[in-house]
Amino acid sequence: MSTSLIGVVDYGLGNIQSVCNALERLGCRFSASGDDKVLSKASAYILPGVGAFGEGIDNLNRSGLRTMLNEHVIEKRKPILGICLGMQLFADASEEMGDYEGLGWIPGRIKMLPSSDGVQVPHVGWNNLSLRIGDPIFSRIGDGAHVFFDHSYSFVCDQEYVSAVCSHGIEIVAGVQRDNIFGVQFHPEKSQNDGLRILRGFFNYAEGCVC
Amino acid sequence: MLKSRIIACLTVKEGVVVQSIGFSKFLPVGRPEIAIEFLNSWGVDEIILLDISAGRLGQLISCEMITNCSKKCFVPLTAGGGITSVEEAAQLLHAGADKVTVNSAALVRPELIQDVAKKFGEQCVVVSIDAKKLPSGEYGVFRSGGTDSVGIAPVEWAQRVRSLGAGEILINSIDRDGSKLGYDLELTSSVASAVDIPVIALGGVGHPQHFIDGLQNGAAAAAAGNFFHFSEHSVITAKSFIAPFAEVRLDTYADYSSGGFLEDGRVSRKKDKFLQELRFVHYEEEVI
Repeated sequence: MSTSLIGVVDYGLGNIQSVCNALERLGCRFSASGDDKVLSKASAYILPGVGAFGEGIDNLNRSGLRTMLNEHVIEKRKPILGICLGMQLFADASEEMGDYEGLGWIPGRIKMLPSSDGVQVPHVGWNNLSLRIGDPIFSRIGDGAHVFFDHSYSFVCDQEYVSAVCSHGIEIVAGVQRDNIFGVQFHPEKSQNDGLRILRGFFNYAEGCVC
Repeated sequence: MLKSRIIACLTVKEGVVVQSIGFSKFLPVGRPEIAIEFLNSWGVDEIILLDISAGRLGQLISCEMITNCSKKCFVPLTAGGGITSVEEAAQLLHAGADKVTVNSAALVRPELIQDVAKKFGEQCVVVSIDAKKLPSGEYGVFRSGGTDSVGIAPVEWAQRVRSLGAGEILINSIDRDGSKLGYDLELTSSVASAVDIPVIALGGVGHPQHFIDGLQNGAAAAAAGNFFHFSEHSVITAKSFIAPFAEVRLDTYADYSSGGFLEDGRVSRKKDKFLQELRFVHYEEEVI
């Protein structure tokens, strides 16, 4: 059994159960909670999320989880993996249904995907990843691995933070990375074995960070 | 590049997966979580779980069943059957579903689509449409398990649900259900060309060629129910058949690409010598 404890941040949005199922499958110790006292004991975090940006950031602010995450991720430098909306919340701002300020952990903005002939939005389905930074979370999968996407907005940021991209009409940022902060636009918990390999990569990294 | 999705649609009646024929005859298959475990390991791209008895009994598809199924399902899971409110959709998503599909209740109260989309995002809402060719030659939408005609055309309803916030449309042909004759391509392409969101074709697959036909007639994803039951590696063999004609995801441990197919779409039998040698090959299961 691993020594680290993964905190799955439940801020009232998204399908927490799917993430928990994947963690269970991988045999990880985890605790899914919206209580900052419970979560502060964790040594690494997963920020899942399906839904709208505005509601997501409002929920984080209102529940006090934003303060808790800032303390543990930015000051104490615990690893965090944001999934889909969870990753988008790391940005400075989003234009989804209004103008919202994000956590501001990775410089960038969330913008609507452009649709064109033969390119449907939402971007839903399995697409290939082109890896830019393999280590640590993509170290167990090959370039071109299939993962499941389901989103209408995407992260737009400086190339230095981009860990993976995919192509859907335009090049879309599929993964971001800055120090101990990792984000994926797709759903590793719903991307079969390659998805589980990505989560394993994150846990192994988190395990190495436990002091 | 985005791949065309091959989706398994499990029809559940009173807790048991069934094969459905013409919305009126049902053959029992087995427990949903077992079916999902196999489909998942055979590399299906998504699974839709539809409880066809729930709505008629005025109930919601069982949340306990969704939770049990989701533990075996590492691909997106869509749940449907008897959803009439945002609260019920929330219960299913909380239980482990990734998307929900609404049908009859949305025909009575279309705002349901809007309410669920607002709360969970459009990507979460799949509107299921059951359609049938009317004696007039036009298509009509039916509700409550194909029993009540609604008096609206599928194209019109598809456009309406799109404007209300549907993220995807599942178009099911009642005539072709369980027929093994292939999708109703006229129905599929008319709906797919009327909306700009992904359309999933369902109803009638009896040969892997039918998936290709659906994808080439506007469907973003091709679904089947009965076709995937009672045959080993059904998803893998179907995808191997489709792969030369449409972009599909092939990520499974088994590979049928080199074997060739018989006219009925089944994998052709290997030579005895080859099979004999296979007995000595040991495949180690990967521990992730």
